[in-house]
Amino acid sequence: MKRTRVFYWQFAFTLLVCAFLIVPVIMSIMAGVTVNFFQGIKSGMTLRWVFEVWDLYSETIYLSLLISVVCLACTIVLGVPAAYVLAKKQGRVARMVEEFLTLPLAIPGLAIALALLITYGGFRDFRMSWAFILVGHVLYTLPFMLRSVLAVLSSADFRTLEEGAASLGANFWQRFFGIVIPNCRSGILAGSLMVVTLSMGEFNLTWMLHTPLTKTLPVGLADSYASMRLEVGSAYTLVFLIMIIPLLMALQLYGRPAKPRAVVEEEVEEILSAGASGALALPREGGR
Amino acid sequence: MINANGTPVRLIDCAKTFPDGTRALEPLSLEIKGGETIVFLGPSGCGKTTTLRIIAGLESPDRGGRVLFDDEEVTDQPIEKRNVGMVFQSYALFPNMNVQQNVAYGLKVRKTPSKELASRVGEMLEMMDIHNLKDRKIDQLSGGQRQRVALARAIAVQPRVLLLDEPLTALDALLRERLRVDIDALLRGLDITTVYVTHDQAEAMSLGDRIVVMSHGRVTQIGTPREIYYSPANRFVADFIGTMNRVKGTVQNGVLATSAGKIPWEGGGSGEVEVLFRPENASIANPDQAHLRGRISTSFFLGDRTRLLVEGIGQVPLIIETSERREYRQGEEIGLVIEPGSLLTLRD
Amino acid sequence: MERREYPFLAVLVLPVLVVFSAFFLLPMGRLVAVAGTGPEGVGAYIAILTTPRYFESLVATIVLSTLVTLATLAISAISGLFLERNRFAGRGILVSMLTFPLAFPGVVVGFMVIMLAGRQGLIGDITKFLTGDKLVFAYSMAGLFMGYVYFSIPRVILTVMAAAEKLDPALEEAARSLGASQWLVVRDIILPGLKPALIASGAICFATAMGAFGTAFTLATNIDVLPMTIYTEFTLRANIAMAAALSIILGLITWVALNAARSLAGSTVAAAA
Repeated sequence: MKRTRVFYWQFAFTLLVCAFLIVPVIMSIMAGVTVNFFQGIKSGMTLRWVFEVWDLYSETIYLSLLISVVCLACTIVLGVPAAYVLAKKQGRVARMVEEFLTLPLAIPGLAIALALLITYGGFRDFRMSWAFILVGHVLYTLPFMLRSVLAVLSSADFRTLEEGAASLGANFWQRFFGIVIPNCRSGILAGSLMVVTLSMGEFNLTWMLHTPLTKTLPVGLADSYASMRLEVGSAYTLVFLIMIIPLLMALQLYGRPAKPRAVVEEEVEEILSAGASGALALPREGGR
Repeated sequence: MINANGTPVRLIDCAKTFPDGTRALEPLSLEIKGGETIVFLGPSGCGKTTTLRIIAGLESPDRGGRVLFDDEEVTDQPIEKRNVGMVFQSYALFPNMNVQQNVAYGLKVRKTPSKELASRVGEMLEMMDIHNLKDRKIDQLSGGQRQRVALARAIAVQPRVLLLDEPLTALDALLRERLRVDIDALLRGLDITTVYVTHDQAEAMSLGDRIVVMSHGRVTQIGTPREIYYSPANRFVADFIGTMNRVKGTVQNGVLATSAGKIPWEGGGSGEVEVLFRPENASIANPDQAHLRGRISTSFFLGDRTRLLVEGIGQVPLIIETSERREYRQGEEIGLVIEPGSLLTLRD
Repeated sequence: MERREYPFLAVLVLPVLVVFSAFFLLPMGRLVAVAGTGPEGVGAYIAILTTPRYFESLVATIVLSTLVTLATLAISAISGLFLERNRFAGRGILVSMLTFPLAFPGVVVGFMVIMLAGRQGLIGDITKFLTGDKLVFAYSMAGLFMGYVYFSIPRVILTVMAAAEKLDPALEEAARSLGASQWLVVRDIILPGLKPALIASGAICFATAMGAFGTAFTLATNIDVLPMTIYTEFTLRANIAMAAALSIILGLITWVALNAARSLAGSTVAAAA
């Protein structure tokens, strides 16, 4: 295919847009490891800003990690079963429930935070703990886990699989844990990456819900941009980037749950062979 | 109808290798007469669609290949400059336009003045009998209707060459037969050189002035439908078109001796040979007076005729058809008389 | 099998419903109620239209969000189509670079804006070099605009690329077979084909811009967008009722925008809202 002039114009334009997005990131990384931003590279490279960030803000990093992990656990425990139910009972009610659970995405974080403060701000212990922030994060990230798993469940022919398993004697829980969950693997993975990434970066909700003792990484960032020198803010941003880039890369690789056709076939094979040899070691429903 | 008004198309040494290394087409040279309807026939992957796309201008032939429309070199012209009309397997009707706008699109692109455009579009809609559908959206049309819109759109621009890529494949059997008749009538009425691609031999036989049978990127035979049917050039063509029976035997002194009987042999020579013949060249006779004797393994009542599988003669059961009304039983002894001169011997 | 499963299904879905009711439904209900407890009572909702400060804030936010949406759609359409339809060495890297800022919180984007357009920003240096005058606009609406476009591009471009991938190539070939040039193919076939995706991601872009807080917070000195107004009402002026009313209205606007997106585009909306 011959390259036309239009191609090169579009190419140049796209490069410009990339530059717009990436150059400031690079600048900020550089600033974080330069002795003096105003003098630039000439003043030498150093890690002292990074160490300073660690001194000042290490608890924020730990807290963000903690909240992300707990948030992930919550969304899995709450969201995966919910997605299953919604996929099974497809109908108006199911769609309304999905709407309802997705509402927090349609409302600005600020509003949700305000609502939480007004309603639960009075419970001192709760208000002061990181659980308060956790609640906001779960509300905000659950729809992503839900949608991700729901997408996978809707496309795979899991109903036929379930019927196959049922015909071989598996009860509801055996089917749920033995057939449905393994089949959602890619959806759960994609959802998990999304949840953790979003939780790490959440600010709108968290800023309103935080206290001086429960600061997360983004909250710390805002702090440092406002009150610290540029180099510290940059170094802090650098730390954030280091944490978030692996997540983003993982998202790109695993973020789009593929139709688990191969997994479906695998499972069916397993069931059929297990059933045939009577090797289903799971507890059976009474009186078979 | 072959008419001097159509644009002749010439392919010279056109081969195609795809970037991933697949060799889709071996060097092919072909002359298509102006106004002729030529059908490229073969199984999937034989190169027929690749050839069509090279003629269309959607693919370029490998270096050295040339495409000419009426002595004009079009090899380097992209499709939008070649003035062809193309009907795709999925019809590719534009969903954001209604029927009328679809048919008019090519004329709009050519900046045809609106009066002329309207009259030409009206003409096309009448010709394809879809005038009552002109304001419909594409998703409201049935398969057969879409096909007609696709044809109308392709012909509206008065293309030099009309290209059809398996246009009937997406339709069910009954519709396909009906539309085949319509397309046949349409193509005979037009003077446009037509290239038609299909894997259905019945379509090829009924629509083509000439058929190009292809396999694995190569041409195996070019001929009229009759030539292809009665004189297949090799085993592949013989098996692909219609049904063929095979019997092994030894020729000596004007007789072909098989394990199931003797058949008079016209033509000289001697030695081991495998012959082929079509079901319609064999008729059922009394086992004592027949050339070959066998046993019926299965019979299929098809309504207008009965198909019998006869074993004991060839390595694979022979397929014989008869319109006799009686029932044939499994295991029944049966005799076959082979029409003189209908036995074929072929290279692979 | 259906009926007997109901109790199990209920058990599975109950936890999430309880959590959501307690921590979302209830608080939102209280928010609506609280909005009406201020000095103006329920009239607080009307105040957004009658009070100049709030009204200007609302209009500014809407205008800004609209401009951001249009700019982002244009940029993403051009680059997204370009990247989806061409294959060349380094394409993957460009795609990664463009989608990389997807997870940046608003604050970080604000910082990026400062890097580009702040007092020591790159753009300032470039303009100083070219014209002698340093252009600094990070702390104004222009800076906010740039910030919003910055975080909107990755999302919209992903949607555009996904939608472009799904376009039927036969449609393009058919248009070309009828003589359409590249430009006509884009205008008559591709853009109409992308319309649902563009509308959907445009609406999401609009809603996100309306509700964005972090970026404005980082750049704030005198930027008056609605989320900032809500924030100052709550924290600096302790006007809880007003803040609640304004949030409800903001929430309604974003909710309407997102619903419009969904009904216009069905399931082409990208999960990364």
